[in-house]
Amino acid sequence: MATESWLTKFPEMERADLVAIRKGLDATYREFSRTYGDVIESLFNPLLKFLVWFEKLLLTSPWWLVIAVVVALVYMASRSWKLSFGVIVSFMLIGYFGMWDNTMRTMSIITVCTLLSIFMGIPVGIMMARSDRARSVVTPILDIMQTMPAFVYLIPVVMLLGIGKVPGVIAVVIYAIPPVIRLTNLGIRLVDKEVLEAATAYGASPSQRLWGVQLPLAMPTIMAGINQTIMMALAMVVIASMIGVKGLGQPVLKSITNQYFTMGLFNGLAIVALAIIFDRVSQAYAKRTQRHLGGMQDG
Amino acid sequence: MGEPIIKIENLCKVFGPNAKSVMTKVAEGISKDEIFSQTGHVVGLRNINMNINRGEIFVIMGLSGSGKSTLIRHFNRLIDPTEGKIIVDGLDVMGLGKKELEQFRRHRMSMVFQHFGLMPHRTVIENVAYGLMVQGIDKATRHEKAGGWLEAVGLSGYEAQYPSQLSGGQQQRVGLARALCTDADILLMDEAFSALDPLIRSEMQDQLIELQDRLHKTIIFITHDLDEALRIGDRIAILKDGELSQVGRPEEILLNPADDYVEAFVRDVNRARVLTADVVMQPPVCRLTTENLDEALRQMRGHKHDYGFVFEDEEYTDYKGFVTRELIENEIDQPGKNADLSDLAEEVFSVQPDASLEKILPTSLEQPYPVPVVGEDGEFHGVVSRKSMISILSEKDESKVG
Repeated sequence: MATESWLTKFPEMERADLVAIRKGLDATYREFSRTYGDVIESLFNPLLKFLVWFEKLLLTSPWWLVIAVVVALVYMASRSWKLSFGVIVSFMLIGYFGMWDNTMRTMSIITVCTLLSIFMGIPVGIMMARSDRARSVVTPILDIMQTMPAFVYLIPVVMLLGIGKVPGVIAVVIYAIPPVIRLTNLGIRLVDKEVLEAATAYGASPSQRLWGVQLPLAMPTIMAGINQTIMMALAMVVIASMIGVKGLGQPVLKSITNQYFTMGLFNGLAIVALAIIFDRVSQAYAKRTQRHLGGMQDG
Repeated sequence: MGEPIIKIENLCKVFGPNAKSVMTKVAEGISKDEIFSQTGHVVGLRNINMNINRGEIFVIMGLSGSGKSTLIRHFNRLIDPTEGKIIVDGLDVMGLGKKELEQFRRHRMSMVFQHFGLMPHRTVIENVAYGLMVQGIDKATRHEKAGGWLEAVGLSGYEAQYPSQLSGGQQQRVGLARALCTDADILLMDEAFSALDPLIRSEMQDQLIELQDRLHKTIIFITHDLDEALRIGDRIAILKDGELSQVGRPEEILLNPADDYVEAFVRDVNRARVLTADVVMQPPVCRLTTENLDEALRQMRGHKHDYGFVFEDEEYTDYKGFVTRELIENEIDQPGKNADLSDLAEEVFSVQPDASLEKILPTSLEQPYPVPVVGEDGEFHGVVSRKSMISILSEKDESKVG
């Protein structure tokens, strides 16, 4: 083997060593999931119970009641008749084309994932805004979460928790939480320094500053983050269906494997419709609550 | 007045990662630029010593970068000094813990900001009541009080508006009302009027002076505008590159600038607007205390004057008025009993001690006699002659008024 040297061929490690590393890590993780899998699964039990309950609620309620409640929420948030009417029409179409049940499943999981992302993401964002050290730790983690292909972190989740709703929710949350964290941090850091200084000068305590000044003023930016989070959660629905999350993603997956173009298109359009509804409603709500920040508007 | 409420002792502030290490260099008096090029640290303030008296408007004036905004943030510790003492009413502010500092900020000092620092998500009344809200006072009480202060600054009716719906001048009135609403006795004003246009600015200055006449707060006012400083300040401190150049009353600064820097500053000031009657006035040369007209004429001749100021008593306090020789001679020539001199004395244009020369000048040009300076209760202070006004307005270099 005189012709091959480390100059012509990359000096890679022995194949046997690599296999050993892989086997070693896999075995350790498998061992870990075998030992602690049940314990960890039981920790997620309340979440699973809630998921099942919420999905059942949406599925068993009569369709007209669901539409009525959704439209009422949409109108309360946006105060727009046009938007509310659009919601009625799209839900009618979705139901007419036979996608009602799957849409309800997707809506339930998206709602839960969004709420989880908000409740976990905002505190992390606040922490990042308060300490530069926290920011320097969290930022690279968020970078990994956003660039790592979703399939890669599906594997350990499935190994640990198996196939089903909870691993689906975890995968979606990992994928969708970075925007709300990033934009909470950004929003708080962008709060006018003089306004914060004024609060301090009048003797506001750190929590009075946070709740009374920083969060309200960061709200437009945080809302943009929540909006992004919802969009990303919806985009993740198809991938999550690979690990057994029921909903609009499953027919799409089926259409890919069987080349059912029309079925894929219809279900895809239903996802788009949901996305547009979530997006418009959350934006209209944000705009409405932040009206006074804009300038000379009525009342 | 006269009793110091705030004492600043040997205050130094260095910005940079390891500020304490630079302190020896600061103490040695190495220049700001040299310290920056050697260590990368910026000297913000160096050896500031000052006393601020209860009830005065103390103006700290300097150009941008002079450290004035840094200095004012030391009073309520929005910025902590690198070294030095801040004592308010005998209380060592540097020794306060976190909670004590919050209490101190809530009750002792309030602050007005250059760009108003209002909370855009709160209505005007909520902004004014903010200080009370932080203190935990219930909504009805704090809004009632806030409403009163809104009225005091002339903004009642705007309670439910948001700050963005108001003009700059109105927003700063809200800022002022917010500062007054906590009843803190010390008011920090950081370039409070600098962001306003000139007309509104002078209106706000008037309003501040008017409020101060009623409230007697201790006001620390930062500005880069010398005219503003001279107008509202009881005393003025001039800050240059983080060091105090001069502290003194406006006319002291104007007439006896301590160094070239201050002098360059005051060179273009309109003295007629700043200097007041009591700075220029002198005791009147011809004072008449007799009731007898002939005697009065004799006194006038003795002073070689054609006029005199009439007093009731020898202490020259009970001012009666002004007479000319012509007036007395006419009275003597008239048949019948002569009137008393004090009855003959007529009131002439007089000014108050705090009137600016600008106001006195036009009338004094028409009237050939000095203008008497008379206080609010009729007490006599002195006279302002045309000559003394002209000499103080034209002198630019060496000074001292006689």
